[in-house]
Amino acid sequence: MNRLGFAALIVLATVAAFAVAGPVLWTIPPEATDAIHGLAGPSSVHPLGTDELGRDMLSRLLHGSRVTLLVGLAAMLAAIVIGVLVGAVAGFKGGWIDGALMRFTDAMLAVPAFFFILVVITVLGTGVGTLILVIGALSWMPVARVVYGETLRWKTAEFVVAAESLGVAGPRLLLRHILPQAIPSLIVSATLGVAFAILTESALSYLGLGVQPPLPSWGNMLQRAQLYVFTAPALAIYPGLAITIVVLAFNFLGDGLRDALDPRRRR
Amino acid sequence: MPCTTSANGGWLRSDLRFAPADRSGLAAPAVARFLLQRVALGALVIVFASALTFFFVNLAPGGPASIMRFDVSPEQREALIRLMGLDRPVPQRYMEWLAGALHGDLGTSLLTNEPVTGRIADRLPNTLTLAGSALLISIVLGIPIGVVQAVRRGKPIDHLLSLVSAIGLSVPVFWLGIVLILVFAVSLHVLPSAGVTSVSSDTFGDRLAHLVLPAIALATTILPTVARFTRSSMIEVLHEDYVRTATSKGLRPRTVMMRHALRNALIPVVSAIGALVPRLIGGTVVTEAVFGWPGMGRLALEAAQGRDYPLVTGLTVVVAAIAVVATLLVDLAYTRIDPRLRLA
Repeated sequence: MNRLGFAALIVLATVAAFAVAGPVLWTIPPEATDAIHGLAGPSSVHPLGTDELGRDMLSRLLHGSRVTLLVGLAAMLAAIVIGVLVGAVAGFKGGWIDGALMRFTDAMLAVPAFFFILVVITVLGTGVGTLILVIGALSWMPVARVVYGETLRWKTAEFVVAAESLGVAGPRLLLRHILPQAIPSLIVSATLGVAFAILTESALSYLGLGVQPPLPSWGNMLQRAQLYVFTAPALAIYPGLAITIVVLAFNFLGDGLRDALDPRRRR
Repeated sequence: MPCTTSANGGWLRSDLRFAPADRSGLAAPAVARFLLQRVALGALVIVFASALTFFFVNLAPGGPASIMRFDVSPEQREALIRLMGLDRPVPQRYMEWLAGALHGDLGTSLLTNEPVTGRIADRLPNTLTLAGSALLISIVLGIPIGVVQAVRRGKPIDHLLSLVSAIGLSVPVFWLGIVLILVFAVSLHVLPSAGVTSVSSDTFGDRLAHLVLPAIALATTILPTVARFTRSSMIEVLHEDYVRTATSKGLRPRTVMMRHALRNALIPVVSAIGALVPRLIGGTVVTEAVFGWPGMGRLALEAAQGRDYPLVTGLTVVVAAIAVVATLLVDLAYTRIDPRLRLA
């Protein structure tokens, strides 16, 4: 993997360590308000200052990292599950099932997903579970395309035909012989998928439709921050930088993995 | 045949460039058929979007049917149900809704009791202005950036622009918006931070000034991808024999670049741009929220927060239609750029 990919991996490992250990080591609760010291600058008690309610920014960032990363990873998993199912079945079965599933995928890609997300939230309301499912349900299409392509490509490979002639058939052929070939591409898709999921989660939370306060996420920390952007810009800077760095790292890792795993791309 | 590629299967069309010579038999009717097929597919996509939205809204728990659980008297409840037509089966209601929609009637907003069509029409021009400007910025900046990167491949400028692109892809639009406001409106006082016009002066210049920051923020959702696509497509084309031929027969590098390389490199880029349009339109929700831009994105947000089912359904369909029309326009541009689709 290239140097950027490695750097991204180190950044992500550090962020993960902060997310796991941070809230344990930094014991100020993220909900604790200190109204007298609201919008305070950095101090020894609050190294990153406080927000408008006097809540400790460092604690909120650390707790928010857990929420943001968990939602991002879970939504990516949901997208992978749906995408693999659609892509593999379409590619493997062929015929009208292929046609129907892939046209469905195309149609989903042709409409602005963000508006669909709003439709779903209008009906189901907000909540972390809904958020994960919604993001997953509206971002599986690239995964389906990738898996579809791989399935078609390997379906006629000699070792698959050989397995078939030995009597391997149906789901077993797909799961044991064809899909494993798609794993490298899937890893790349998954990595880039986390980046997309985190961006979507933060946007929805910023709009007040994602993770609900008092539970902090990097996105909903920015919701109120915009009100105070004139007086306390730091409130907006920290969570935004955190999102950008993590998403950038996932994107670089994805690109690095693609270069490493797919020799055709190496140019 | 290129006609069999999917509604938004632009990415797949890059293989057109290496299409075998048998396509030289394509005549003008082929173009017409190609476009006709696109129009039919587009109409199907719009119907699909409307059906998906309508059925989801009406069948999912928490939809309009939940007014059944409202704390009102049985008579009121009955009246509400009849008023909203909830006593009839969903497929029947969908067909009625679709028939109305074809006549420009998308129902009545629950929040304001105004026709949904009117509420959307009020906001449509603002969103089209914003999204159109962002698209223009992405094309006008993205393609030259990609070309420069391809020509200077591996040089510092290529790495620098790649890094900037990657950052652009990773920055949340709304946060970029906040930062832009912070820098240009709060610190430098050069551009307004919100709205479409100032109350005091509604001039063209004033409107343009209000457009700059939101358009830039929205453009970052697709500009890096346009640049990336142009770069890789251009690099591929620069390896082609005909480019070497053009260079070796003594054409000026500029002519080789513009007339021989770029022209072919643009073909997959154009279809990539078509595939990016839905993402761009989706981005208007967040951008309009940050900049207080009174467009359809903000309307959708209000609808979602106020659980205005008819409004959110109507918006999704209109937005899907916009995306489809924009993709069709790209297809049209496609037939212009690729002479094999135009000439026999």
